[in-house]
Amino acid sequence: MNYIIATPEIFMLSMACIVLLADVYLGQGEKVVYRKLAYWLSLATLVFTFILTWKVSPASSQNAFNGLYVSDGLSDVLKYFIYGISFTVIIYSREYLEERSLFKGEYFVLILFAVLGMMIMVSAANFLPMYLGLELLSLAMYALVAMHRESREASEAAMKYFVLGAIASGMLLYGMSMIYGATGSLNLTEISAAVASAQNDKMLLTFGLVFIVAGIAFKLGVAPFHMWAPDVYQGAPTAITMFLGTAPKLAGFALAYRLLVDGLGGLGMDWQQMLTILAVLSIAVGNVIALSQTNIKRMLAYSTIAHMGYMLLGLIAGTSSGYAASLFYTITYTIMTAGAFGIVILNSRNGHEADQLDDLKGLSQRSPWFALIMLILMFSMAGVPPFVGFWSKWFVLKEVVAVGHVWLAAVAVFFAIIGAFYYLRIIRLMYFDSVDESVTVTASADLKFTLSLNGITVLLLGIMPSALLGICFAVFT
Amino acid sequence: MMGLPYDLIVFYLFASILVVAASMVIFVRNPVHAALFLVLSFFASSAIWMLLEAEFLAITLILVYVGAVMVLFLFVVMMLDIDLAVLKEGFVKFLLIGGVIAVSMLGLMISVVGPDKFGADQITPPARHAADYSNTEELGRVLYTDYVYAFEIAAVILLVAIIAAIMLSLRKSRSAKTPNISKQVSVKKEDRLRIVKMDAVTDKGERS
Repeated sequence: MNYIIATPEIFMLSMACIVLLADVYLGQGEKVVYRKLAYWLSLATLVFTFILTWKVSPASSQNAFNGLYVSDGLSDVLKYFIYGISFTVIIYSREYLEERSLFKGEYFVLILFAVLGMMIMVSAANFLPMYLGLELLSLAMYALVAMHRESREASEAAMKYFVLGAIASGMLLYGMSMIYGATGSLNLTEISAAVASAQNDKMLLTFGLVFIVAGIAFKLGVAPFHMWAPDVYQGAPTAITMFLGTAPKLAGFALAYRLLVDGLGGLGMDWQQMLTILAVLSIAVGNVIALSQTNIKRMLAYSTIAHMGYMLLGLIAGTSSGYAASLFYTITYTIMTAGAFGIVILNSRNGHEADQLDDLKGLSQRSPWFALIMLILMFSMAGVPPFVGFWSKWFVLKEVVAVGHVWLAAVAVFFAIIGAFYYLRIIRLMYFDSVDESVTVTASADLKFTLSLNGITVLLLGIMPSALLGICFAVFT
Repeated sequence: MMGLPYDLIVFYLFASILVVAASMVIFVRNPVHAALFLVLSFFASSAIWMLLEAEFLAITLILVYVGAVMVLFLFVVMMLDIDLAVLKEGFVKFLLIGGVIAVSMLGLMISVVGPDKFGADQITPPARHAADYSNTEELGRVLYTDYVYAFEIAAVILLVAIIAAIMLSLRKSRSAKTPNISKQVSVKKEDRLRIVKMDAVTDKGERS
């Protein structure tokens, strides 16, 4: 048994339990130092797990736990970004939670367990840990969304998320059981071999595939399985929406890639067609409906739906460079989205969520620097050069055109132009509309510093995308 | 095998009970009756598992689902004030479209997972085991060796469920008055009884 490569997961689990116990026994006291124990321990855990993952990462792909666990280039890259994004989210949310008396140890414990679930998903080499990791992530997310008990919207969002998430898990599991029935194995490598040898009759496999694709689409929030996203994004507290909209998408990419490409690569022709329908619908629905939103969290939810559609384009291409482009898209998307929610948190104060588009009016007068950061983020999301969002769209479109789907690229570009409108509207509100009341933007230094760093990262990645792109390409070669 | 095929008779008996009970779960109007029919269908499916020599799973189904989960579920159903008229609203409206979808799904599933794919001629039936075969032992052996990783993750999921349930239901209300036992036990006479020295009351006439 090769336990060493799984040390990051083991460490994360141990630390999550330690944070839980430390908070239960020490965090309830009067001392302020102890009450922040869970916060500091969680940040330290993420840093140490990062170092640990880096240290134990094998040179080539290796399995552990009887083939249930795999550590390869993809799992390492995704884990690094999951740690990084979760670290950023925790820093962004500290002040927000303190102001609303949501600053409780459970928040950090559940975030750590959600991160553990994502780590298990990206390292899954078998249907079993893939499903269990997804359930661990989802369960922690449902609880986080419901955390603000006094809020009716949060309870409603949690209920919708829970019911639809359970249906999605059920669909995924049903599809997996069909694939198991057809191939006789849960191991992705063995399934891949069995699919390749099953030449004549693929009906049962395709039947299972439909359910698996539907389950993945639900979890990624891709149209027509996107119904939960806007309500949940709007209802959940902003700090939790921010987590929900970023790191799990990285795990969702691993879910889609490992199941569809690693396991069912032999059915590529079938799932590429299904993903094409999903991608076109998402890009259209996300971009068009986002135009009519007045709530920025809801608008970002529709923006996510559209972005996930673009991400699927790379998978549709079905080439290793296409997968690299998708990975690049997912990573840059999470960085941009974390920043955008960071601005919403910065703009909000206790008793005023600042989640309406009008709340951004005149941000350039109140805080010129953060209006500039938001400008960078919005230009990047709209796909304007030289920001990184332009490159991520460019690479997926290039890969789609390279395999001959020119019409698909044309549709994607058409809706990207429509989508640019609502991103640019935010810039107009910030720079050209004046405020009625002048409220100064106040935030703690750590939030300001991290948010500035986040915006600068988007700019720097846009000027020099080759480093990150090189990492993404190295994963799939 | 000669004579009556007892296992086939038992299978068809429990399979028909299972199908009838499962349909009754949907069709009966009273939610308590529906829950009881669900219990019956659990019993029937556990008997079918027994025929497959999966005793451990069969017993677990009875102990965990029938014994614990369904009893709890029944309590919840009895506690809730469910308005049956509201539940039935829209049944006729969606009957047609729901029926069409259900029938087409059934047709699809029969064509995909029917006997021509999973019949005895396609997939060899599992071999019968000797009398000293223990399903529990075999399961335990793979659960703690080959599948220990998945087993541990399942345990973590349960831990998260406990944390979530406590977080969502525990309310530390300041107005709640609960006795502190250790304080009550360690209370001394001085804490409760105050002896006040006073001058004797002199009768200097009452004020009116």
